[in-house]
Amino acid sequence: MYKVLKKTELAPSILDLYVIEAPKVAAKARAGQFIILRIDGQGERIPLTIADFDREKGTVTLVAQRAGKTTTQMGKLRAGDSIADFVGPLGEPTHIENYGRVVTVGGGVGVAPTHPIARALKEAGNEVISIIGARTRDLLFWEEEMRKVCTRLLVTTDDGSYVRKGFVTDVLKEVMDEKKPDLVVAIGPQPMMRAVCNLTREYGVKTIVSLNSIMVDGTGMCGCCRVTVGGKTRFVCVDGPDFDGHEVDFAELARRSALYREQEKDSLDRYTQRCQCHGGEH
Amino acid sequence: MAEEKKKKVIIHNKTPMPAQDPVARSRNFQEVALGYTEEDARLEAGRCLQCKNEPCRQGCPVEVNIPAFIKLIQEGDLDGAIARIKENNPLPAVCGRVCPQESQCEKYCTLGAKHDPVGIGRLERFVADRELGLGVTLPGKAASTGKKVAVVGSGPSGLTCASDLAKLGHAVTVFEALHVAGGVLMYGIPEFRLPKRVVQAEVENVKKLGVEIQVNSVIGRIDTVDELLERYDAVYLGTGAGLPYFMDIPGENACGVYSANEFLTRTNLMKAYLFPECDTPIRVGSRVAVLGGGNVAMDAARTALRLGASESWIVYRRSEAELPARHEEYEHAREEGVKFSFLTAPTRILEDDKGWVTGMECLRCELGEPDASGRRSPVTVCGSEFVLPVDVVVVAIGQGPNPLVPRTTKGLALTKRGNIVADESGATSKPGVYAGGDVVTGAATVILAAGAGKAAARSIHRHLTGATA
Repeated sequence: MYKVLKKTELAPSILDLYVIEAPKVAAKARAGQFIILRIDGQGERIPLTIADFDREKGTVTLVAQRAGKTTTQMGKLRAGDSIADFVGPLGEPTHIENYGRVVTVGGGVGVAPTHPIARALKEAGNEVISIIGARTRDLLFWEEEMRKVCTRLLVTTDDGSYVRKGFVTDVLKEVMDEKKPDLVVAIGPQPMMRAVCNLTREYGVKTIVSLNSIMVDGTGMCGCCRVTVGGKTRFVCVDGPDFDGHEVDFAELARRSALYREQEKDSLDRYTQRCQCHGGEH
Repeated sequence: MAEEKKKKVIIHNKTPMPAQDPVARSRNFQEVALGYTEEDARLEAGRCLQCKNEPCRQGCPVEVNIPAFIKLIQEGDLDGAIARIKENNPLPAVCGRVCPQESQCEKYCTLGAKHDPVGIGRLERFVADRELGLGVTLPGKAASTGKKVAVVGSGPSGLTCASDLAKLGHAVTVFEALHVAGGVLMYGIPEFRLPKRVVQAEVENVKKLGVEIQVNSVIGRIDTVDELLERYDAVYLGTGAGLPYFMDIPGENACGVYSANEFLTRTNLMKAYLFPECDTPIRVGSRVAVLGGGNVAMDAARTALRLGASESWIVYRRSEAELPARHEEYEHAREEGVKFSFLTAPTRILEDDKGWVTGMECLRCELGEPDASGRRSPVTVCGSEFVLPVDVVVVAIGQGPNPLVPRTTKGLALTKRGNIVADESGATSKPGVYAGGDVVTGAATVILAAGAGKAAARSIHRHLTGATA
């Protein structure tokens, strides 16, 4: 069992932050890697990208958006509760070197995993411009945390409810027009990553994306997470999660990510109904 | 005495194994073969001739003293029989169920020349199940050697190696990547052939010998083999064949195409057949095609029926005679209604505009000259294209070695296919590191993996103490 040391809602009933006690994972975690957790004995195994880690305290921080049954059930956790299984760090860490000028783009819940990457890139001597964006002000988080780990922070909201109106791609375009970066790292919803890649392709800027496909074991055993990259089938869990975004078949990724949409909805509805029957207690 | 033996009346047939009705069982996940009663076991043990030269023993990779345990059953000493088996095999309830006895111990049975061989596997299962029901007596254990061994992977190979090392007095820690121990016994082999409670009972027995099992520990990530060598005196790698092969045909990433590993893992390990009580979903489809002809393919096709598929096809490039699956598994699949399309080579998976599988384009084959494996190789027939209308495809054409450990370990010699190179004693090119099972041989059987674990335990013991086990 893995203890939840801290749980806060970054956006009420939508975005949750968890600090999990997992010293062995924290000891080895590096920017760009992910973990797989299983909430209880009946639970599914879901991958979540590592948002932060503290080797001294032995903790791993995750940010999850309540989307399906598992993330909704997780939303009910409180400090002191436990998660049945927590395995990691998985995947290859993000390749860090001194590229020069790097832009990190985090959209929605994807802001969280850009945090350790921006930090590592800055520590490696890069000029790091971080763009963070959300649909609306309430869903934006970690503005201060991000500011600490980058050279310059740019914030946007889709609806203009905070700082400015515009998509992260609008801001990225301005940054690239200002001076061409040497690398872009984009993490967020698939349509956002796809839009970023379409834009950076025009500018000829290498772009790394972190893919979030469906997984079971996370060790290369099942092939559920396979995705076509540069015409070849790759496994996100062991070959990724980072890939050259210009090579990723986003259309296929989107189709495969929707594989269980019906069942996911059933499962969530069932869970929500059960919670209501039990007066909100799980 | 010799006079008496000659007069012994030989019962021609093996005592039948009670089994669930094929129609009923093809729709449930309960065990197919129900196991001998004590009477069945006595009757079957009575068929054993107790040959002096013990030919059956040469067929057992884990060296069980077969005539001795059968004699104990004949004498009514059932406790003694299981104790004798467990001197060599820590997983008798598993092996009694999934070993291909027809090509191992029973192949060498003297009776087999003219009659059915003695049902050695069925007898092993009977005494093992009986003991699991009654409570287990632990085999003897040597005094502590003060040596520590890390075992990577808790499948049949790792568990056997760990168990033998613990009995020899070493402190053993097993690292398992998944959330539960057992490896392929948990994620691969279906509940209806090998109930998971049986696997867990045998895992518990290995733990009772003092073996520590750390689940959720992916070696290569949380610790490399080199880091393990800093803390342990030796390392055994039993990481299995955890890398699915695909056909490399168009449409293979369509929605509804699974590797057998994924299809079986969702069902067995994650219990997708209990969805939504269990959270992990699976797409069943109404018509399922399983590509391949081995035991894994049979497992997948039979699983598809149990998940509710109306039709489940095995699509195999060669003919019935070349099927690599155990005959018993093939028979069970046929009885349950699995359909077979032999001499059929898939060329393309068809999908609709949303990416869902709608069918599989195939070519008919003829058998040509034998290939390197000695089997006649399939040759496609020009113009024989046809479409098999299916909505789920399961690719069961084999598995390679999981690359995580090889990729992250310095100085470990590998074959061209990525298998770890190890000699018969399990020694690899890296000092202190041993390997065995599917990661060395490629996908094979539970018992060969267990045998390799046993051989490695012996050489690790010699390496650590200088003594012969």
